[in-house]
Amino acid sequence: MPISRAAAAAAPVLSVVTVLLAVWYFAAVMLNSAWTLDRAERAEQAVGALELVADTLSQDRPRLPAPHQVAAEIWKTTVQKKITSKRSLVFHAWVTLSATLLGFAFGTALGVLLAVAIVHDRATDLSVMPWVIASQTIPILALAPMIIVVLNAAGISGLVPKAVISAYLSFFPVTVGMVAGFRSPAVHDIDLMKTYNANKTQVFWKLRLPASTPFLFPSLKVGIAASLVGAIVGELPTGAVAGLGARLLAGSYYGQTIQIWSALVVAALLAATLVSLIGSIERVVLARTGRAA
Amino acid sequence: MSGAPVIDARSLGLTYQTGDGPVLALQDVTLEVAKGEFVSFIGPSGCGKTTLLRVIADLEQPTSGEIRVNGMSPEAARRARAYGYVFQAAGLYPWRTIEKNVRLPLEIMSYSREEQAARVRRVLELVDLSGFERKFPWQLSGGMQQRASIARALAFDADILLMDEPFGALDEIVRDRLNEELLGLWDSTAKTIVFVTHSIPEAVFLSTKIVVMSPRPGRITDVIDSPLPRDRPLGIRDSAEFLKVAQRLREGLRAGDGGAD
Repeated sequence: MPISRAAAAAAPVLSVVTVLLAVWYFAAVMLNSAWTLDRAERAEQAVGALELVADTLSQDRPRLPAPHQVAAEIWKTTVQKKITSKRSLVFHAWVTLSATLLGFAFGTALGVLLAVAIVHDRATDLSVMPWVIASQTIPILALAPMIIVVLNAAGISGLVPKAVISAYLSFFPVTVGMVAGFRSPAVHDIDLMKTYNANKTQVFWKLRLPASTPFLFPSLKVGIAASLVGAIVGELPTGAVAGLGARLLAGSYYGQTIQIWSALVVAALLAATLVSLIGSIERVVLARTGRAA
Repeated sequence: MSGAPVIDARSLGLTYQTGDGPVLALQDVTLEVAKGEFVSFIGPSGCGKTTLLRVIADLEQPTSGEIRVNGMSPEAARRARAYGYVFQAAGLYPWRTIEKNVRLPLEIMSYSREEQAARVRRVLELVDLSGFERKFPWQLSGGMQQRASIARALAFDADILLMDEPFGALDEIVRDRLNEELLGLWDSTAKTIVFVTHSIPEAVFLSTKIVVMSPRPGRITDVIDSPLPRDRPLGIRDSAEFLKVAQRLREGLRAGDGGAD
């Protein structure tokens, strides 16, 4: 019974969403009431409790916009705007998404190649692995402007520098996960290959790679979320022209909190969609290879 | 049973270097296995029976002595794909169906597609698993998984079958049936089988030659040439001859162990 199963799966998610919305509304009232009370005091007016709540949830530039204000803003800037418009969130989301996907592809390819090298070559394991880990201890916010400046000086601008930052963040979980995955076969699995006199290439394609799939997908999920963060961070130092990062930056320049929050929510929805897309592929692949997800 | 021995070990020794000093896993092991024999290694844990099997398979290297398999070094024999190895755990790859698991060695050894299909069909029939080609390992019982693992070892043309306690984890009834089937396979394929076990009835029922081993250091204490006929129904286990061999085996094991355990 697919309907009841879907409902059963949705129920916990929905209850968490409900709690979050309640907390969000409560916080909006608390954070925005100072401004309302301040203005009322200057006008020497008394404010009733209901008026106070109503006002805190409908300010133009609230400290914390209420969920329905964000929802209305998203509706206005997605459905009611042409997607070619500079004010369309769909346009900005697409700019960020394209950099995310390109960076994710770079990062995954790099991550898998590094893992293959690390597993097959002891020298690489000893020399490269520490650098792989060190690379992630540098704050990406410090590194991102330099990547963009350096690539720009080399004549590369636009999508690619952002994708490079995305790749920088996303290769790491893939490398770590795939190293664990390639090393997951048990001793007797490898001994079996040895009794067949299999070469390293055969051991890789027939044993290490298929054994690593349960490790691949969790890595990809972390990797694609990191890619999105990388793309957004990559948009911040470019002077904010297009993309969700640009919307965040422009919003904070002009104190447009509703704009900031709607960009944030869209980024979160985008990440959730990408992660669940990988989850769907994971289920199909694992089911086809005899392992229920 | 004539001609050069299939396995010929002379004064074989293997010492592991561990943090607590050297451990003598095998000492002065001398053994000949003729073509077509069914040889069992039996002994308590730590007696080196699995180590000896792994030395034959070139999965461990002896530190002294000499060993020839099919007249060559174990490494050359392994490279020539002289043996099929059945591990204690069935060790089927969980992402492959039964059919594809059996096909694995054939893929690695570059058999043609038609040849692969024909051989898979034949060995699955041999171990009575026809109809389970498309199942994944977890869909099969432990006994069926072990049969698939034997089929995998039989799929290519190795004339030696090395088996490391293949039925150790199975219940008595399944084990009895698989023992009977294994004897049938041995009879029909004319392979040389080396079989590691810790079960006395299993060793006596299956073997033409029983090698009794004892631990600390791992060594051979007795070699029994079985007086039982080649054709053995399960009922033979109640015969006087069977019980006599089992008795000698039990005493050998007790003596070798020095009453330590």
